Amino acid sequence: MIKILELTGRYFMLLGKVFSRPEKMRIYRERIIFEMEALGLGSIPLTAIISVFIGAVVTLQMSISLESPFIPQYLIGYATRETMVLEFSSTVVALILAGKVGSNIASEIGTMRITEQIDALEIMGVNSASYLILPKIVATVLFFPLLTLLSIFIGCVGGYAIAYLTGIMIPGDYIEGMHYAFLPYSITYSLIKSAVFAFIITSISAFCGYYANGNSLEVGRASTRAVVASSIVIMIFNLILTQILLV
Amino acid sequence: MIKADHISKSFEGRTVLDDISVEFETGKTNLIIGRSGSGKTVLLKSLVGLHEVDSGAVYYDDVCYTHLTFKQRKAIRKDIGMIFQGGALLDSSTVVENVKLPLDLFTDQSEAEKIERVAFCLERVRLQGADRLYPSELSGGMIKRVAIARAIVMNPRYLFCDEPNSGLDPQTSVVIDNLIHDITREYNITTIINTHDMNSVMEIGEKIVYIHEGRKWWEGTKDDILDADNAELNDFVFASAMAKRARRATR
Ligand SMILES: Nc1ncnc2c1ncn2[C@@H]1O[C@H](COP(=O)(O)OP(=O)(O)O)[C@@H](O)[C@H]1O
Ligand SMILES: [Mg+2]
Repeated sequence: MIKILELTGRYFMLLGKVFSRPEKMRIYRERIIFEMEALGLGSIPLTAIISVFIGAVVTLQMSISLESPFIPQYLIGYATRETMVLEFSSTVVALILAGKVGSNIASEIGTMRITEQIDALEIMGVNSASYLILPKIVATVLFFPLLTLLSIFIGCVGGYAIAYLTGIMIPGDYIEGMHYAFLPYSITYSLIKSAVFAFIITSISAFCGYYANGNSLEVGRASTRAVVASSIVIMIFNLILTQILLV
Repeated sequence: MIKADHISKSFEGRTVLDDISVEFETGKTNLIIGRSGSGKTVLLKSLVGLHEVDSGAVYYDDVCYTHLTFKQRKAIRKDIGMIFQGGALLDSSTVVENVKLPLDLFTDQSEAEKIERVAFCLERVRLQGADRLYPSELSGGMIKRVAIARAIVMNPRYLFCDEPNSGLDPQTSVVIDNLIHDITREYNITTIINTHDMNSVMEIGEKIVYIHEGRKWWEGTKDDILDADNAELNDFVFASAMAKRARRATR
């Protein structure tokens, strides 16, 4: 317990360093664009593949569960959309990206720590925490909501495709369900969640890498810790944010 | 001139540096020697402030560096160049980008001026045709050259080198040693080099400090070192079979 408090304290001290005195704006802009490409664009294929399959599977499951003459078929489309918007495209995508992006960030920064690249930056007089971490945070917080939108869209397309291909339901009904009782606010809720999760993943993973010491084994451990810790914190904040934003 | 005044440092209760006082002279190639694990790297990093010392103080030309704030230290850090053991080049940047980084961050020079300065430094370390390569595409000797170029690009007054020739073949080692030595002379830099290589000691050592188990055991010049009256030091100096044979031959 004391360990957790101590770690949390160090985490916030690192954040303080990250958000103090940026060096030169122009350099930051370049690095933010670079990180958007590396961490954001690079995550599109994985997000798209997972979303299309989940959209299809949810539609299949719903059509089996809701197989009754008294339940209108369009509810299947509705259920698929709600699942994607409310939970899958923000939270589950964030958990998956915690695995991909989080371990990537922790091992990159951890390697820079143990090969003294961070020391080299510090000796030049660079605020290494800010120089390395801030661009990653800005890039992911801006980009992850786009991934969430993409995931919602592709998931719904996946559901449509399975309806069309297997004929388990009339595609027209599915489309009707897509429009049924649509609340734009739930999209806002989803986007806020994914921005917060992006911050959690990037900052926690960077923290784990930044304080790695020792050898390459330690870098591996840091990246495992990054994935585990950010997944747990995401689940906690999922609960908190839902309580605040939806209830 | 750089001075350490009774500095000590321990990690989790284990003392790594024990009450070290030593002075390094301007315009000279100062050497810190000792076995691996003796505390050379920790000493070097304590001098530049990458480790905070537990007690004692470090002085740069009579300015007490240890008690400066982060902001005040920044002014001195601009005058410090450092070459790390593995080179510590940024993996995601090319050779030119690595050397140019300090200029990008801390000067308002135009792109053309910066490129010219980078080219000058790469020429100075005799590295040609590697501009667009990444660190993973370079040999050990080339990495060291780039690291030297990056360390001197801001015209430092103090140069720190952690085992500059570790992992290099003997010939390349001599070349790198001489390069650092020449640069020290040329620009009147205060240079401090960590090494466990006796060859460097005899080649370029002007002032030598021997560290053993975190304590300063001996200091002197390379002319004194061969007849030093210190069993520990003698063991270190004459560790190699070659050195032993040479000593027998001269006696
Ligand atoms: N960051 C650190 N945390 C704990 N112990 C360290 C750290 N850095 C170095 N040490 C310990 O200090 C001792 C001296 O290490 P070092 O200065 O790297 O030796 P060398 O003379 O080979 O450069 C070693 O026993 C090492 O384990
Ligand atoms: Mg060392």
